[in-house]
Amino acid sequence: MTEVTELSRPAGEALDTKEVLLNLGPQHPSTHGVLRLVLELDGEYVARVDPHIGYLHRGTEKLAESFTYTQIFPLTDRLDYLCPPSNNLAFALAVEKLLGIEAPIRAQYIRVLMAELARISGHLLITGALPMDLGAMTALIYAMREREMVMDLLEMISGARMHTSFCRVGGVREDLPDGFFPKIREFCDIFPNRIRDYERLVENNRVFLKRTQGIGVISAEDGIDLGLSGPNLRASGVDWDIRRDEPYEIYDRLAFNVITRDEGDCYARWRCRVEEMRESVRIIEQCLDQMPEGPFQIDMPTIAFPVNKDKVHCSMEALIQHFDLSAYGFKVPKGEVYSAIEAPKGELGFYIISDGSQKPFRMKVRAPSFVNLQGLFGVSNARYLADMIAVLGSLDPVMAEVDK
Amino acid sequence: MSVETSLIRTLIAERFGGEIEELGFSHGVHAFASPPDMIVELCQFLKGHPTLRFDFLSDICGVDHYPETLRYEVVYHLYSLPNKWRVRIKCRLGDPPRVPSVTGVWRTANWHEREAWDMYGIRFEGHPDLRRIYMWEGFEGFPQRKDFPLRGYKDTLNPFGAEGPPPTQPDLATKDIP
Repeated sequence: MTEVTELSRPAGEALDTKEVLLNLGPQHPSTHGVLRLVLELDGEYVARVDPHIGYLHRGTEKLAESFTYTQIFPLTDRLDYLCPPSNNLAFALAVEKLLGIEAPIRAQYIRVLMAELARISGHLLITGALPMDLGAMTALIYAMREREMVMDLLEMISGARMHTSFCRVGGVREDLPDGFFPKIREFCDIFPNRIRDYERLVENNRVFLKRTQGIGVISAEDGIDLGLSGPNLRASGVDWDIRRDEPYEIYDRLAFNVITRDEGDCYARWRCRVEEMRESVRIIEQCLDQMPEGPFQIDMPTIAFPVNKDKVHCSMEALIQHFDLSAYGFKVPKGEVYSAIEAPKGELGFYIISDGSQKPFRMKVRAPSFVNLQGLFGVSNARYLADMIAVLGSLDPVMAEVDK
Repeated sequence: MSVETSLIRTLIAERFGGEIEELGFSHGVHAFASPPDMIVELCQFLKGHPTLRFDFLSDICGVDHYPETLRYEVVYHLYSLPNKWRVRIKCRLGDPPRVPSVTGVWRTANWHEREAWDMYGIRFEGHPDLRRIYMWEGFEGFPQRKDFPLRGYKDTLNPFGAEGPPPTQPDLATKDIP
C-alpha cells in the first residue's frame, strides 16, 4: 500500500493546473465560415472567449462610396448571402426614403414575397445546421432538400439562385414570370408538413435536447444590453419585430404572429426560427392572394429604366435620360437616413449620408450578425467547450455579414 | 414633426439646457447634436429616463468629413423598445478624434466602437479593449478615411495600390491606448 501513497499527490495540496489557449477556427465546421474563437480553457470549462473576426472583410462600406446607388445592390447581396433579397430590400428602402419615392404596390408585394422566401432559406439552413453541429446529421439533409425548392423559386423570379440583385430603387427588375404562381402555391402546400418533419426528427432526439435545453441562456436584459435582435432576442422573451412595430412596405396589410419564447436558451432560439418559417409561409400565401396587377417599377425615367423602351427610340429627351441613367446613375438629394428592416438575422439597418451626388458619401451597414455574435459574451462564461458549439450555432451568425 | 419630438426635445432641454442642439425629425428619426464630452451623460439620460427609455443601441457609425476642420463625426442610433422611437445623436470631433466610450452604458457598444477605431482611428476613451477588429494587428492607417486610397498603398503584397506612405502617424498606434 505504501507505493500507492507515494504516487498519489500529498493530501491538502492542490493539483497544479494551467489555463490552455485553444484556437477554434478559422477553419472549423461549426463556425459556419471563417470565424476564429480564441478560447481560454480551464480544463473543460471555457474561462474566456475572444472572437477574432475580419477574415472575410471586403470593405463593402468603403467600396460603396465609389459606386453608384444601383451598383451597390450586388454588394448588398454578398452581406448575408443566405438571404440576399432582404438585404436588397433594406438598401432600396433607405435610398427610396432619401429620394422621397415609394415603389408601386405590386413591386412591394414582390419584394416582401422574396424577402420571406429568403427568410425561409436562411432559417432552413440553421434549422438543419444546428443539429448537425451537435451530431444529428439527418435534419440538415432534409432541410437542404427544401432549401433547393426555395432556390428554384428565386431562380425562376430572378435567374439567380443566390445573388438575386432583383430589387431596384423604385421597384423590382422584372415582373413575376409565367407559371410562378402554381409553383409557389405547390411549395406553400408542401412546406408546412416538411417543417413538422424537421421537428419530429429533432424533438425526440435526446442528445440534441440535452445539449440545447437550458444551455446558453441569455436573459432579456442581457440581450438588449448586447444589442441582439431578431429571433435571438425574441427567444429571450422580448416581443419586438420591426415588421410589426415599424411596418415597411405592405407588412401592415398582412396578418402574422411574432414568435417569442421565454427560455432564452439554444433550443428556444432554434425553435423560434422553426416557428417563424410557418409564419413566413402564411405571409407568402397572403401576398399571393392580395397581389394586385399593375406596374412593377416606378414611372420616373430619371431613376428607373423605362419598362417600355419605345419612347427611348423616338424621343430625344427620353434617350438622353436613358443614357444619363445608365452612364452616371441618378442623383440623390442631400440628407441622411437610417432605415431598418427585420432581416432573418435581426435588425438590418442602412445609414446613408448623401451629399447630393450619384454616390453615397457614407454608407454604414448595421449588420445583425455582427452584433448578434457579441451574444457570446452574454452566455459563454463557465460553460463547457462543447456548449460553445451549440451557442455559436444557435446565434446563427453569417460570417459574410459579420465581416462586411 | 410629431408629438414625441417635442417631448424628447423638451426633456433634453430641461436637463441639458442649450448644450444639446436639435437637428429636426426626418425619415422616422429624431436627430440631436451633442458635444463630445456630454455624450455619456446624454446616453445615460436617454436610456434611464422613465418616459423616453432608449434602451437599445442600434448602431455607432464613424464618418470622415475630409477636409473640413471638425473632420470626424460619430453617429449613434438609439431605439426605444417600449416606445418604438428612434433617435440619432451626432457628435463632431476634431483631429485627432477622441470621444468618451459609451461601453459603460451599453455593452453592445464594444464592437461598434472597435470598428470605428479600426476604420477611422477614432479613439474611444475608457473603452476596455480598443483593438482593431477587421484589419490585422500591425496594419498601418485607417482604411475608411477619405484620404486612404480605395486600393490601399503599394507594397510587396499589393502591387496595384497607390504610391506614397500611409498618412497615419505611428503615434496613433494601438499600443498608446491607456
